[in-house]
Amino acid sequence: MSKHHVITRINGEDIEFLTDPGTSLLSALRDQLGLTGAKEGCNNGNCGACNVVLNGELVNSCCVLAVEVNGGELATIEGVANGDDLHPLQQSFINDAALQCGICTPGFIVAAKALLEREPDADEARIRHWLAGNLCRCTGYDKIVQAVLDAAPEMRAAARA
Amino acid sequence: MAVQEYLAPATVDDAVAVLGEHGSAARVFAGGTDLIIQVRERRRDVGVMVDIKKIPELVECAFTGDGGLRIGAAVPCARLYRDPEVAAKFPCLIDSASLIGGIQIQSRASLGGNLCNSSPAADSIPTLIALGVTCEIAGSSGRRTVPVEQFCTGPGQNVLQPGEFLVALNVPAPGANSGAAFERFIPRNEMDIAVCNAAASVVLSADGSTFQSARIAVGAVAPTPLLVAAAGEALAGQPVSAASIASAADAARAAAVPITDMRGSTAQRKHLASVLVTRVLNQAVERAGRA
Repeated sequence: MSKHHVITRINGEDIEFLTDPGTSLLSALRDQLGLTGAKEGCNNGNCGACNVVLNGELVNSCCVLAVEVNGGELATIEGVANGDDLHPLQQSFINDAALQCGICTPGFIVAAKALLEREPDADEARIRHWLAGNLCRCTGYDKIVQAVLDAAPEMRAAARA
Repeated sequence: MAVQEYLAPATVDDAVAVLGEHGSAARVFAGGTDLIIQVRERRRDVGVMVDIKKIPELVECAFTGDGGLRIGAAVPCARLYRDPEVAAKFPCLIDSASLIGGIQIQSRASLGGNLCNSSPAADSIPTLIALGVTCEIAGSSGRRTVPVEQFCTGPGQNVLQPGEFLVALNVPAPGANSGAAFERFIPRNEMDIAVCNAAASVVLSADGSTFQSARIAVGAVAPTPLLVAAAGEALAGQPVSAASIASAADAARAAAVPITDMRGSTAQRKHLASVLVTRVLNQAVERAGRA
């Protein structure tokens, strides 16, 4: 089995690595690159805990081969905060207690950020629909949806600035 | 995973050559939302992943000169519903493309992949059948065309021969006074496999009072999605009325030969076929009136 040389950009940084042809992007991020923010929940595309943004599209990294990101661009949860400054979504998840065990949280934040960047005025129904591919077994979702609603005005303001 | 090799041919001819060279060890790979999981869970043994997304025509979606739509087999669902012109001209395609999985799945999953996975419950196939879509298939002896209703041959099985792969779906131009719609029944709101699904495409008379023709398809009620020709025949030439729509729904119920499983019983699915065909016909008629 020959290894593939992958050159990609992750959270604005050029990264190179070698991968086996069948390795998932999630596995490469976590096991090779030390980016353990994306979580392995179901490993079959149901739960969204491994969400990343690949070439501008929200994807489940467990359903992408690492070799596919060669020449592409990735955004992961590790790039959401600006140094020690939390992103408005991260802060609102804390403010609204939108997490309990926390394993789904990176996926929810990556997914919600992808939504609000595309649709800054998304309403509650749209947020619930968009987040249907992210599962949380603790919160019952209401606090998560509220946190996304609460972060939206600040994201809109930041986008205008 | 037991994948030994990943190849990304740049042309259809190269892909055909690669598939011919590796035979049954090779598997065409588009969005991967079914295939990667099947390989990981050892439900499918794939030695060579042949990524077709580097072939320009496989990822192109474009209107044809006559107003039809040619959808490359690897075009993700999200691309369809984000295209305002596609959404306006083919709302039935959007009905399907916008409910296959969540947003994360729709970023990658393609209608072509949904068809090639050939699940009896696939949510795009009744739509493709109702719209009269044809499959453009490439192989070592060139290209051939197969109507979607003849593509699936059993659960997970289809007419693709070793070395062949789906290049594009060709959607005919919608005619005057036509409309189409798709619905599925699932016990929750999102993210589930259809207990039953149905699509209808109708062409009405200019005054909207009579069915000129109709194509009706149902899924998850047989080993493959079904074109219910009898339902279309029941409508042709008939007035647009609850009675004529009920006769088509009866035909769909009669054509349905579902199994009982964890998702639903035979009786429930036959009932659903009738209910869903009624709903999609009503919606197709409404859309025809708006077109």
